[in-house]
Amino acid sequence: MTKNRKRSNAPVFWLLFGAGGMLAALTGPMLIFITGIAIPLGLLFPEDTMSYPKMLGFAQNFFGKGFIFVIIALFLWHSVHRIFHSLHEFGIPAGPTSKLVCYGTALAGTLVSAFVLFRMGF
Amino acid sequence: MSKRRPYIRPMDGWWKKNPFFIEYVIHESTAFFVLAYALTLLVGLVRLGQGETAWSAWLASLKTPLAIVFHVCLLAGAVYHAFSWFKLMPVTLPPVRIGGRKLRADEIVTGGFVAAVAGAAFIYLLVWGLA
Amino acid sequence: MSDPGKIIEIEVLRYNPENDEAPHSTVYKVPFTDDMSVLQGVQYIKDNFDGSLTFRWSCRMAICGSCGMMINGVPKLSCETFLRDYYPNRISLEALAHFPIEKDLVVDWSGFMEKLESVHPYIIPKEKRSPEEGEYLQTPEQFGEYIRYAACINCTLCYSACPQFGLDPDFIGPGALAILHRYNMDSRDGGATRRMELVASEEGVFTCSAAAYCSEVCPKHVDPANAVNINKINASKDYFLRFLRPKGES
Repeated sequence: MTKNRKRSNAPVFWLLFGAGGMLAALTGPMLIFITGIAIPLGLLFPEDTMSYPKMLGFAQNFFGKGFIFVIIALFLWHSVHRIFHSLHEFGIPAGPTSKLVCYGTALAGTLVSAFVLFRMGF
Repeated sequence: MSKRRPYIRPMDGWWKKNPFFIEYVIHESTAFFVLAYALTLLVGLVRLGQGETAWSAWLASLKTPLAIVFHVCLLAGAVYHAFSWFKLMPVTLPPVRIGGRKLRADEIVTGGFVAAVAGAAFIYLLVWGLA
Repeated sequence: MSDPGKIIEIEVLRYNPENDEAPHSTVYKVPFTDDMSVLQGVQYIKDNFDGSLTFRWSCRMAICGSCGMMINGVPKLSCETFLRDYYPNRISLEALAHFPIEKDLVVDWSGFMEKLESVHPYIIPKEKRSPEEGEYLQTPEQFGEYIRYAACINCTLCYSACPQFGLDPDFIGPGALAILHRYNMDSRDGGATRRMELVASEEGVFTCSAAAYCSEVCPKHVDPANAVNINKINASKDYFLRFLRPKGES
């Protein structure tokens, strides 16, 4: 039995999913706690931790830029890949539309963050 | 003539039929929490790029009760993501060998949880260093 | 001693392609003893209530892989599952999930057989040897690399545990991929490259979303989910490294 099999392009998305999932598991809870709970409520960290000059400085620093980019982009690629699979599991076929919406969101988010970070200068 | 008429059962509601799949659907849906956080950060980044006024407005919006509740939900989702991610590692990783011995499943999971704590500590110290 | 008067209700999803539009449930009250398996309960129904009840079985000792069915929604071998563990509750029996029902508890396995064939489930020797050159030697460590996957008895419980197979019947699936991995991991085998086309294809490993219930239900602890996920890594390497390989090789 020989069928003509088409190679799947999934490795690209699967690797981004895996890297993002690992990064989210290692850093996600603490990042959410700090940026969404601790700092807005004024807990544990100095008042000016996320002040404009500090954050701008972080985003202009080479390491900080990379950190922000990797977090946003990989979290996006991780989540849209899972959602793409879940949509299929709930009866929405894994067709071109579903693919475009899911991976398109991640791609757009990645490009926007790259653009903003680039424009801020070094 | 063949009397065969194989019956194909529908898949509707497949995930409700087994507690194992209910857990699976819950841990898969943590993706919505990760996505929501990524988009929150993306908005913050865009606001940062627009200058000080925009950034301060964004920071102020994080202080509203709704934003706090939203982030508490995100935190719960992210913690469950981390928990289920490492719980599944014995299945998703190739065999891990240390000193010629294959690690048992529970050792891989424990290693994952230790890494998660170390990752959280790293982020905590990183932010302290910046502050 | 067990109480000979015990009666358990067994609900069976019946389907007769000649008369029934769709499957329907029938409940049987089956007297049982503590040593009776679910398979024996089904045999009791056939012998005493309805001779047309159709099901597969052979060895009665969890090695032939014929008697799998959904027992209270969980894929299990009916020969090693005991009525006493469900009593006094009702047991519901259904043909293995995700496969087309042929009749009653019998499913159509022809799709699985094709998939099994497609993985080249035999050793493709790395180096041809004549009998004079002697046998292919293997160390215990090399044996240990694949023996777990060689325990598969083709019972297909893993397919009934796999939502992705249910949603997409073309998915090669946990069982056949575990067997593929068994041969890839064998030190005597050199067929991994030939099997890669299937692994990396759209019907291959990437359909798996790591629900991993397959490994949970496997009666032989083969861990197909791990085999599939290891091959996602292998296929990803192949995806990117193929550009570095000299042309003409595959």
